[in-house]
Amino acid sequence: MEGQSVEELLAKAERDEAERLQRITVHKELELEFDLGNLLALDRNPPTGLRRAGPTPEAELQALARDNTQLLINQLWQLPTERVEEALVARLPEPTTRLPREKPVPRPRPLTRWQQFARLKGIRPKKKTNLVWDEVSGQWRRRWGYQRARDDTKEWLIEVPGGADPLEDQFAKRIQAKKERVAKNELNRLRNLARAHKMQLPSAAGMHPTGHQSKEELGRAMQVAKVSTASVGRFQERLPKEKAPRGSGKKRKFQPLFGDFAAEKKSQLELLRVMNSKKPQLDVTRATNKQMREEDQEEAAKKRKMSQKGKMNSAPPRSGGKRKGEHHQGGKRRK
Amino acid sequence: MRPLTEEETRVMFEKIAKYIGENLQLLVDRPDGTYCFRLHNDRVYYVSEKILKLAANISGDKLVSLGTCFGKFTKTHKFRLHITALDYLAPYAKYKVWIKPGAEQSFLYGNHVLKSGLGRITESTCQYQGVVVYSMADVPLMRAPPPPSGGAGCRGDPQSRWSARCRLRDV
Repeated sequence: MEGQSVEELLAKAERDEAERLQRITVHKELELEFDLGNLLALDRNPPTGLRRAGPTPEAELQALARDNTQLLINQLWQLPTERVEEALVARLPEPTTRLPREKPVPRPRPLTRWQQFARLKGIRPKKKTNLVWDEVSGQWRRRWGYQRARDDTKEWLIEVPGGADPLEDQFAKRIQAKKERVAKNELNRLRNLARAHKMQLPSAAGMHPTGHQSKEELGRAMQVAKVSTASVGRFQERLPKEKAPRGSGKKRKFQPLFGDFAAEKKSQLELLRVMNSKKPQLDVTRATNKQMREEDQEEAAKKRKMSQKGKMNSAPPRSGGKRKGEHHQGGKRRK
Repeated sequence: MRPLTEEETRVMFEKIAKYIGENLQLLVDRPDGTYCFRLHNDRVYYVSEKILKLAANISGDKLVSLGTCFGKFTKTHKFRLHITALDYLAPYAKYKVWIKPGAEQSFLYGNHVLKSGLGRITESTCQYQGVVVYSMADVPLMRAPPPPSGGAGCRGDPQSRWSARCRLRDV
């Protein structure tokens, strides 16, 4: 008995094993092509099973999907694995399928001013070496940038040139000149960028100090200078009697006086339609009042009936008596 | 002079719709000509296209008025309807109140009207509704707006308990 049960157990285990193997082995006529980098499996087998299925191939589709996924997973299990923070991870190879572009091809940028000029004159960029020999320090230094070869702002001795003012600070002059060159370069770069994106730069007309600016230009220059701080002019002091500038906000734009009358009418009607649609169709107060009035009238009618019955029981009925009360209109006529 | 913006149009329509309701469409879309609203010096004028074209030839500082003044926008951009709009509101008014000749003079000089002074009233007028007041000869006198605090509905027969107090509220 026990032997039989042991045999039974062994047979059962074998059957389970076979079943599991059967589940994970899939037979396909044509082998699938795999691109494990993209987790892609390509099945080139003809879909005869699907064609035979008929109008609802759900079961066949599901079986096909299961089979192909099984094959893909089998392939994944064959990859070299490693352990990353208590998780078993397979390292995917490089993807072999080339995917199409996600975004459209960038349009060509307009040439910068220098590029236009160079093209016009036929100037080609000369190939230059990155490092230049610097005599002063006795080493190879880069042509431009940090610790460059010939940095005139770092000289410790400057001879005062012949025609210059002896009390002028030549070092400060050099540093100032460098700052101006940097600023000019930045301005040109931004201008090129604006031209490429077809944006408008804020105009700087009248900002450069000549000697001959008009009052308005000077005023505008002053306004711009006031606002050109980190806090956009919020904490700038004003002269004792100076008033805040009026109209420094955005100018509002209105429709023209004789615009399209039909369009104006249409937009107004649309506005009216929206307004009317927002109002509730059922006027709640009126509905409740009506309901209450009906209830009151019913109660009054009931009371009258009761009192009539009482009167009939006690006194002979009066025919043709005027019935006052319900139908009395009072002094006002309803329209 | 300029056309009204969306916001201004909406505010104005809301005010006018209190008296004439959906009939406002008939003011906007008229079969007998194109009429439009124009803003000049914070006042809204209802003017036909023909007159508007003539008025455009007058410079803004010299132009006093054109067409019919419907009302004006206050400093805080609220719309105040003027009595000059009455001729256009009266035919389309939804709720009307007629007052007797005796109470008419008293009303025009700014006093309240008692219930006994009322001649007729449109049926189903709610309490605190904005109405147009007529004399018994069907001459529109005034419009009487609802009081600032919105009213509750009246219970029972609206006539028996209607607080008939029309206040003069026009410039």
